[in-house]
Amino acid sequence: MATLLEFASAAFIVIGGVFLFVGSFGLAKLPDTMRRLHAPTKATTLGIGSLLIASLIYFVALRHAAGIHEILITLFLFLTAPVSAIMIAKAHIFRHSDVQRTLSPDAGGSGWATLNAASDDPRSVDSAASPKA
Amino acid sequence: MIAAACTFALVAISVSLLLNVYRLIAGPDATDRILALDTMVINAIGLIVLAGIMFGTTMYFEAALLFAMVGFVSTVAFCKFLLRGNVIE
Repeated sequence: MATLLEFASAAFIVIGGVFLFVGSFGLAKLPDTMRRLHAPTKATTLGIGSLLIASLIYFVALRHAAGIHEILITLFLFLTAPVSAIMIAKAHIFRHSDVQRTLSPDAGGSGWATLNAASDDPRSVDSAASPKA
Repeated sequence: MIAAACTFALVAISVSLLLNVYRLIAGPDATDRILALDTMVINAIGLIVLAGIMFGTTMYFEAALLFAMVGFVSTVAFCKFLLRGNVIE
């Protein structure tokens, strides 16, 4: 039983290392920012999840130590990875007008929130300081 | 068996960090550099977890948790600065 669990832990460590490498390789290899965004946000999240499963198996089954931290880290990373990905994508769209021209029209007709949030948000520092506001 | 797997993952994560450093230096735009930093944080968490398994201690998990939180907050702060020219409005 212990050998089986050790084998499972080692297998998850190897899978985690491979996926972390694949994600970072995609970050270095893919041609533009929007495509580069895919590799680290998906593959490395899977890799770190796999490593944390390995750690959970290792400490709970083989060392008999409590394993709440791994679950916390996994939960936190799985919650925050999509948020940081969409923030980077928004920043990239905001900075590149050639990307903005390729966007499909939005359903409401008020424009993409990424692009018009900075100018007409009443909480914005710029509009509060300008004379016309 | 676990020691061999740890060595393999250690090498893989180290090469990954080097690839991230390449993107951090070469990346044509600021968003690429933010993405490289975010990936470096994730790889660093992987290294910390691996170190915990290798040394057989659960002491490092607090460090990994702190890294995850600070890395997320810094990524969002960088993106917010690029989007709005300000972090806390």
